[in-house]
Amino acid sequence: MTALLAIADVSVEYRSRERGAVRAVAGVSLDVAAGEIVGLVGESGCGKSSLARAAAGLTAPADGTISYAGRPVTPVGWRRRPAAEVGLQMVFQNPYASLNPRRRIGAQLADGLPAGVDRRGRVAELLDLVGMPTGAADRYPHEFSGGQRQRLAIARALAPAPRLIIADEPVTALDASSAAQIVNLLVDLVRDTGTGLLFISHDLALVRQIADRTAVMYLGRIAEVAPTAELWGSPRHPYTRALIDAVPRISAEPVLPAVLAGEVPDPANAPTGCRFRPRCPYAMDDCVADPPVRVAGARTVACWLPDPTDPLRKDAE
Amino acid sequence: MLLTTEGLRVTLPGGVPVVHDVSLTVGEGEIVGVAGESGSGKSVTAQALLNLLPAGSTVDGTARFAGTDLLGLDRQGWQRIRGAGIAMVFQDPTAALHPMLSVGTQLTEHMRRHLRMSRRAARARAIDLLDQVRIPDPERTLRSYPHQFSGGMRQRVAIAIALAAEPKLLIADEPTTALDVTVQAGILALLSRLRDETGLSVLFVTHDLGVLSALTARTYVFYAGRVLETGPTPAVLTAPRHPYTAALLGARPHGATGVGVLRPIPGSPVVPGAAPPGCPFEPRCAYATDECGVAPPPLAETGPDRHAACPVAPELEVTG
Repeated sequence: MTALLAIADVSVEYRSRERGAVRAVAGVSLDVAAGEIVGLVGESGCGKSSLARAAAGLTAPADGTISYAGRPVTPVGWRRRPAAEVGLQMVFQNPYASLNPRRRIGAQLADGLPAGVDRRGRVAELLDLVGMPTGAADRYPHEFSGGQRQRLAIARALAPAPRLIIADEPVTALDASSAAQIVNLLVDLVRDTGTGLLFISHDLALVRQIADRTAVMYLGRIAEVAPTAELWGSPRHPYTRALIDAVPRISAEPVLPAVLAGEVPDPANAPTGCRFRPRCPYAMDDCVADPPVRVAGARTVACWLPDPTDPLRKDAE
Repeated sequence: MLLTTEGLRVTLPGGVPVVHDVSLTVGEGEIVGVAGESGSGKSVTAQALLNLLPAGSTVDGTARFAGTDLLGLDRQGWQRIRGAGIAMVFQDPTAALHPMLSVGTQLTEHMRRHLRMSRRAARARAIDLLDQVRIPDPERTLRSYPHQFSGGMRQRVAIAIALAAEPKLLIADEPTTALDVTVQAGILALLSRLRDETGLSVLFVTHDLGVLSALTARTYVFYAGRVLETGPTPAVLTAPRHPYTAALLGARPHGATGVGVLRPIPGSPVVPGAAPPGCPFEPRCAYATDECGVAPPPLAETGPDRHAACPVAPELEVTG
């Protein structure tokens, strides 16, 4: 499987007068293949959105390389994107901000279409694909609900027939039933057309259900990447374990979710060595140095524990 | 019962009815859940219990709290109840805290007013409260301002402020929705501990059924301003009787990896003011019969302590 999107050792920095340079992403590598759904989970402030924006070319990385279909992604500027990169599209969390309120839906969808196609016909197809009536083309964004707008934003992203979609919290702002419809739409698209999908979310249960592989991010670094079922069944990184245990579950004999001690540190003052060290129940002397990245099959873990499975193992659901 | 409402009806300014005939109870030391999607009337119901609705709204029915008729209260009456009887925590702690007053000032205000405490005693209790909600270094926190804290810490400060005047009932409206799961786990543990240690009652409003299961003992499922199902939370969520509860459970990610698809509820939620004449869920319901479209079915007993507003409910065998 060759990677459609290859993120290699990427760092993203923000500079401000008071705090100097803050590394929101500090050396992350992650691939997405065609027809694959990769989930990226982590708490707010862990750098997952910064990574997504860098991957889509919206922020220039401070370090490392990002390539799409074998070519480096050019950061978006005032110039038109190279035609080869139009196949990389992004869907944002807030559908109210991602559509132009003063232009009709049809015109906005047509922006993404290549020259020379039957625009009217193709816009109708796109609307149909996301389950919206053809008449929506002549209306304005304010005439639609949040869930409908997110579908329209997805239709806009689909206009240039993308091979890769980066979706940053696409259903976080939506109700359960609209969220389920949007997620199904994205999953069907991947399965039917072989599009790659990088799905960023703080909703672990949702990512568990749809992602082929899941990457767990903490404070700018990836703690663990594994096929989703393996990650849930036997998490190896203590942070993955903590995240999974914090998800409240429906049960006939309910229990409170487990509490992880401490707070996420300020990325401007990230701990040395393993960044999870101050909150980790298994922390030891070795952890003051950067953890080794261990590869076992399809799984990658950045942790000093020799066999992190045993002490962490809990019966998988 | 600490709180009892019967036939509560709320109409917003402009004459839009948003809550119809809601009867609910909260016992002492009980954590009760109110579940529903946006527009279900769950937040409006919570706001009606503290008289926080926009001017021009009307509230009918009865609402009694610890022997007091809430709907008959005047301005002074509400001032006595708010904070010292019923307190509230909102979804967005940033909006709930005053950005320009120190945490200490916001915390001691209620104690000085409601409990008539001296400055010194109030300060001691403030430190104690911050300690209870697990804020590190309470002394320094008293001098700090809201912007100096993370979202989770702010929500804990907001909870400490809500508890300042020793309320008997805390109404929490989606208090963990804006927070990460790890931070949410801390807030849920905190509320559960406060109930155990101080006998606090909590009315917990949420759209998250996992949170509902973890924290609450009994649940009311709201849809289009009505209670469609109620009962002990574990029973309601593991063996739902109302088709809406079952559909809501089905729409959430719940199972094994690779299933890939969720089961969205067909159709769209009811627009307030445009409810169908019969059961509000009838247009989206897979089990609807002709009688469902005539009038909203009343809540009927379906099992021990369980009620559902659905004629099909007693025969319904669905699993979430």
